Amino acid sequence: MNTTTQLFTGVFAVLLFASSIAWSLRFWIAKGRPHSVIDNLVDRINAWWVMVGLVALAFAFGKTGVIILFGLLSLLALREFVTLTYTRRSDYLALAMVFYVALPMQYALIWIEWYGLYSIFIPVYGFLFLPIITALRADTTRFLGRIAQVQWALMLAVFCLSHVPALVTLSIPGFEGREILLIAFLVIVVQSSDVLQYIWGKLLGKHKVAPSLSPSKTWEGLVGGVLSATALGAGLWWITPFTPLQAAGIAFAINLMGFFGGLVMSAIKRDHGVKDWGHLIAGHGGVLDRLDSVIFSAPIFFHIVRYGFTP
Amino acid sequence: MFEAIARRLMLTLARLLTGVRGVWSQPPPDSPCVYFGNHASHADFVLIWTVLSARQRASTRPVAGADYWNKGIVRRFIGHRVVRGVLIERDAARRTIDPVAQMGAVLAAGESLILFPEGTRNLTDELLLPFKSGLYHLAKAHPKVCFIPAWIDNLHRVLPKGEILPIPLLCTVHLGGPIQVANGEEKDQFLARARAALLAQRPAHGDDVPANEGE
Repeated sequence: MNTTTQLFTGVFAVLLFASSIAWSLRFWIAKGRPHSVIDNLVDRINAWWVMVGLVALAFAFGKTGVIILFGLLSLLALREFVTLTYTRRSDYLALAMVFYVALPMQYALIWIEWYGLYSIFIPVYGFLFLPIITALRADTTRFLGRIAQVQWALMLAVFCLSHVPALVTLSIPGFEGREILLIAFLVIVVQSSDVLQYIWGKLLGKHKVAPSLSPSKTWEGLVGGVLSATALGAGLWWITPFTPLQAAGIAFAINLMGFFGGLVMSAIKRDHGVKDWGHLIAGHGGVLDRLDSVIFSAPIFFHIVRYGFTP
Repeated sequence: MFEAIARRLMLTLARLLTGVRGVWSQPPPDSPCVYFGNHASHADFVLIWTVLSARQRASTRPVAGADYWNKGIVRRFIGHRVVRGVLIERDAARRTIDPVAQMGAVLAAGESLILFPEGTRNLTDELLLPFKSGLYHLAKAHPKVCFIPAWIDNLHRVLPKGEILPIPLLCTVHLGGPIQVANGEEKDQFLARARAALLAQRPAHGDDVPANEGE
């Protein structure tokens, strides 16, 4: 059994365990009747089955599989972000460019592994050309706000998120052919951190970190979640090119980035007066609700690996 | 058969593009009713269709302008066969059939209607244009029929006027409680009430421009 198969067997075992807990809670506590917290828990776990299944499917197709998967996730995330922004009819061309040119172009550049261009294409060329396109329509109403929101959407939903599949393009001596496991490490550690923060928060949570931003984030959840997900990251060193200590340090860094990512995205949602980014994933909300922590940690993780572990 | 395929394609495309979700303030009625919505794009009625059950959809027909949908073979095929539109003459001076009677016949036959009382696509910055009087005459002639406000949110951004390539953005359809003409209610009163009922379904947008900024 190779490492990837072992890993997914482990993940499915964890899901089986979670599902059996949720079903016994439904049986013993809710006694089969509707119960908002337990029903939400069951929804969340069911959605995890689907999400892990999709990732497993993408992994089966290797580099092409993960590029297509994250390209589609970028599309969904971009749609959720732009939906909430204020745009006018004169932004049509800029939006069309974002969805139909910038997004496919970014993933195509990753596919051909042109690091020099995909690392600056959106932050430099997207940044400069989007306002040019919009300015040509001569509609100055709330101009800076409109264009800045489109740029934010593109940076978060496409540029940052595309650093996840970009991990497979790194060549690490002695780790050839296993680069896709870096994606597994990043996603498992950061998503576990979210889940563990939720669990620690539900069990012990008392003191809120930022009550005006997110009522569900507590210090107990944060410390417990980040520490236990860091321990999990250390325990996963065998799927990475890192030593156990390095794995722990890197897991800690991406867990913190993930937490702050969630905080920033909550602030944006608060500002727009919504609770969730969308409704695609039952129990979770939108794609952005699930990926906010990955979006903020992916570029950092990518740079740590690229500058620390490739020649 | 072609019309069934075209219809399915239209619904699937609308769903994929907009991830549309219906938000009902109360369960949809079983009897024939009139959904009246805001009109910003040609695809408006498709979005209302997507939030109905397959059974309701099969017996719900959009009301549309005959001048537009009778032009050319493609539009005729779509307007008559694919969407089974109730095509009315919008130009009062030139029409030979009374649109209210036309719509009434559909209701009498047990089918529902989708109606856009603004009369034309709203391409302005206003949220909603003034309503045409047809809605009142129809409601007056059918006092037992429920008129359900259906606010279609965001679709005008998906496909702005004159553009061909749609932008994928999330849309919702918000359906309110039914209204009917009250005893002795005047035309303008009813139209204002219906318009307010539709506007009330519009969800708040975080970055709405305050009214005094006058956009």
